[in-house]
Amino acid sequence: MSLSDPLSKDPAPGLDEAADSGPNRGRKRKPIDLATISIAVLVVISAALVYRRDGAEGIWEILRHDLTLFSGILPRVLAGCLLGAFIAEILPHEKVSRSLGPSSGLKGLLIGTAFGAILPGGPFTAYPVASALLTVGADFGATIAMVVSWTLIGYGRAVAWELPIMGTDFTLWRIVISLPLPILAGALGRFVYLRIYPKDAP
Amino acid sequence: MSALIIDIILWGSVAALGFLAWQRGRTVLVSSAREGTMDFIHIVPRIALGVIGSGYIAAIIPQQVITGWLGPNSGWSGVLAAVLAGAATPGGPVVGFSIGAVALKSGGGAPQVIAYVVAWALFAFQRLILWEIPFMPARFVWFRAAVSLPFPFVAAAIAMAIGRP
Repeated sequence: MSLSDPLSKDPAPGLDEAADSGPNRGRKRKPIDLATISIAVLVVISAALVYRRDGAEGIWEILRHDLTLFSGILPRVLAGCLLGAFIAEILPHEKVSRSLGPSSGLKGLLIGTAFGAILPGGPFTAYPVASALLTVGADFGATIAMVVSWTLIGYGRAVAWELPIMGTDFTLWRIVISLPLPILAGALGRFVYLRIYPKDAP
Repeated sequence: MSALIIDIILWGSVAALGFLAWQRGRTVLVSSAREGTMDFIHIVPRIALGVIGSGYIAAIIPQQVITGWLGPNSGWSGVLAAVLAGAATPGGPVVGFSIGAVALKSGGGAPQVIAYVVAWALFAFQRLILWEIPFMPARFVWFRAAVSLPFPFVAAAIAMAIGRP
């Protein structure tokens, strides 16, 4: 009897260790993929066209500007990645799949929409957080509702850019008109998803 | 100023969630922080390519070309042109909204400009490639973009129906 104790306990820490420190826990990291290669090709072609039109000066000017932009964005990207990782860790898988999973119904789409609307920050937070939600059990429908809501009725971009450039009247009406769209997009996403991937049906 | 507020909210949220993770144990905090940092390291080259390269893409698609698509076409052919223009608009929010504002001032119809802004927000190709693909499963991104296709038209239809803005 005394032997069974260490035996039964032994595998547990090993498993925990693997689960905690494995580089691919939950999310898969893609190697260089087709999308990245096509952007690289697009960028090289565009840069060549800019060079032909504006010469080396044009190339440098854009590079300087974009490097400044990039260095400003970098810390926020780190914050977004940490946010996504913490959310994936903290949110209980079972609860998330109940309230945002494939069988969460209209309520799941509403939660996704509300979450997208109040999420602070920019693309550097929205996409890592959405990705984390997918990892912990949200379905495509609720995640689509969240992303569409963030982009259409989220206050961040509207307050910072749309209001000053487009004016109050246009912005408010644009948001009012957009209110139903995240829910409709999430519902359409669920409807189509079940027809494309019937084996994932709840 | 608004950048400072964004950073405060952002890092405040990171700190709050980090604290919640820490309450579950130090190893939880350390392992998820490590996970996030690894994500960051893997994503940086793609973001670098996108952000540093997007200036060149924007430079060869001049705003006048996009504005031309948003021209005097009215009705549904105008909405279709606006949706295509929204998808093709390179650059960040300043570019997208400025084009929309120019279109409004130069006589573009409100439903068409609504369709343009909504299409740009939903599936501007450069944002899909630069931001969404690096962070999310590619299968999800294409699926979401495809499902989003009807909605600029829906927004335009609502705008026409209520006669606003």
